[in-house]
Amino acid sequence: MITAERKPLDEIFEMLEPYQRIAVLGCGTCVTVCMAGGQKEAEELAVAISIHRKKEKKEVSVEAFTIERQCEFEMIDQVAERLKGFDVVLSLACGVGVQTLVEHMPELIVLPGLNTMSMGYPVEQGVWVERCLGCGDCVLHLTQGICPITRCAKSLLNGPCGGSADGKCEISKDVDCAWHLIHDRLQKLGKLNVLEEIQPPKDWSSSHHGGPRTLVREDVRLESGK
Amino acid sequence: MKAGSNLEKVISSGQFAVTGELGPPKSADVSMIKEHGETMRDYVDAFNITDNQTAIVRTSSIGVAGVLLQMGLEPVVQMTVRDRNRIALQGDLLGAVAMGVKNVLCLSGDHQMFGNEPASKGVYDIDSMQLLKAFKDIRDEGKFIGGDDVEAPLSVYLGAVANPFADPFEYRVDRLEKKIAAGASFIQTQCIFDLERFKRWMELVRERGLHKKVAILGGVTPIKSLGAARYMKNFVSGITIPDELIERMKGAEKKKEEGLKIAIETIKQLKEIEGVAGVHVMAIAWEEVVPEIVERAGLYPRPKLS
Repeated sequence: MITAERKPLDEIFEMLEPYQRIAVLGCGTCVTVCMAGGQKEAEELAVAISIHRKKEKKEVSVEAFTIERQCEFEMIDQVAERLKGFDVVLSLACGVGVQTLVEHMPELIVLPGLNTMSMGYPVEQGVWVERCLGCGDCVLHLTQGICPITRCAKSLLNGPCGGSADGKCEISKDVDCAWHLIHDRLQKLGKLNVLEEIQPPKDWSSSHHGGPRTLVREDVRLESGK
Repeated sequence: MKAGSNLEKVISSGQFAVTGELGPPKSADVSMIKEHGETMRDYVDAFNITDNQTAIVRTSSIGVAGVLLQMGLEPVVQMTVRDRNRIALQGDLLGAVAMGVKNVLCLSGDHQMFGNEPASKGVYDIDSMQLLKAFKDIRDEGKFIGGDDVEAPLSVYLGAVANPFADPFEYRVDRLEKKIAAGASFIQTQCIFDLERFKRWMELVRERGLHKKVAILGGVTPIKSLGAARYMKNFVSGITIPDELIERMKGAEKKKEEGLKIAIETIKQLKEIEGVAGVHVMAIAWEEVVPEIVERAGLYPRPKLS
């Protein structure tokens, strides 16, 4: 899932300052699960905005509502007419949702209410870890399910650097050394020989370094070659 | 001979090599570098120039190497993969060699969060293993990473680092072997304070005959004070200092002399270990004691090879 957290309230209040009719639009998928941008958070934020404006003695009308996914045109369509009635939409989706809204309804002013963090999962209630950078060239088969691109602070491909100590990364005692984990797992599986091979430089052109990526699947397109 | 540098000649002659280290300043005023270079001139075979060490912005390693070359001193240019992508790294190798640099040391580099620009974007386009291999291929195959031809041959003596004190311990020898395969002719180790662990590592190295394939220079750092020892123990990534050593420094009346003694004892012990080809003396912020250490360790005068 995509993980995100709400921007600081002061930052949100400041960006909303020029607007009177505000829609706080929640997103019902990833950010609902990570408790950052679902209906509950949208409602709480709407209340916070109202209280802030009251204190500032400035008028405002805020409504909070949610669609299942802000990253799909069809779902945005369900609230399209309603959204047109506001000066601004504060989107509580990830960065993808914000941009899908703008692309689909360019007449709207859409502002981000969240900071999008990463792709990961909750290891416990309230703790989300990053597990995929979306590099476009998965190496998890080599490392037996532990990603060195994401989890090694240097994205190394040929084993742990000299900063690995007691299973921890040099950047923090709270961060596991990904290569230590990979080493131990390969050892358990009797596959340590994988580490002997020199892995060649990665082709980063399939990641963001090749520019924004577009995935095209002709087999599922409705109008081929559109 | 790969490049015929003084360091390579000393190592090839089978004599115990001594390298020193100079840390570039946080300014373009390199007068201190020149001064330290002069102090150590006859006492080391080559000078490592660190590459924005601990991720702190400093005069570039290649820039300082140029200054040393003008002084008739031999640099070992350190290159980390933290700040430059493969385009810049390969281009800088060519530039360094064009300037007269013959020794290059390839390493990962401390993470950028340790330095004075913690908000910077870490590059890590390639890792230190891939950097070594790339430089070896440029030299031996005449090919850049992308497959393009290098238009004229070049020579360079390539080194890498090893940290016998990092974990997982057993893997550290595998990693050394991999670095040799990737192109390392010499290895400089992390500072050795835990000699027992270093000896265990060397045993594993000898079991595989790796000491015959690569020249291992043991890293030695004289401890200037108790505070310095504690700082290194707690805050410097990749360094282990046994508690006995801290206690020894604590109990010593003359801390500096004790620090020197420890360094000299370490070097003398390293000389006795089969497969250790030299020492790399990193007297960080204490460069002026290097001549004394080298002399008292019985490594002076340095070989004069033509």
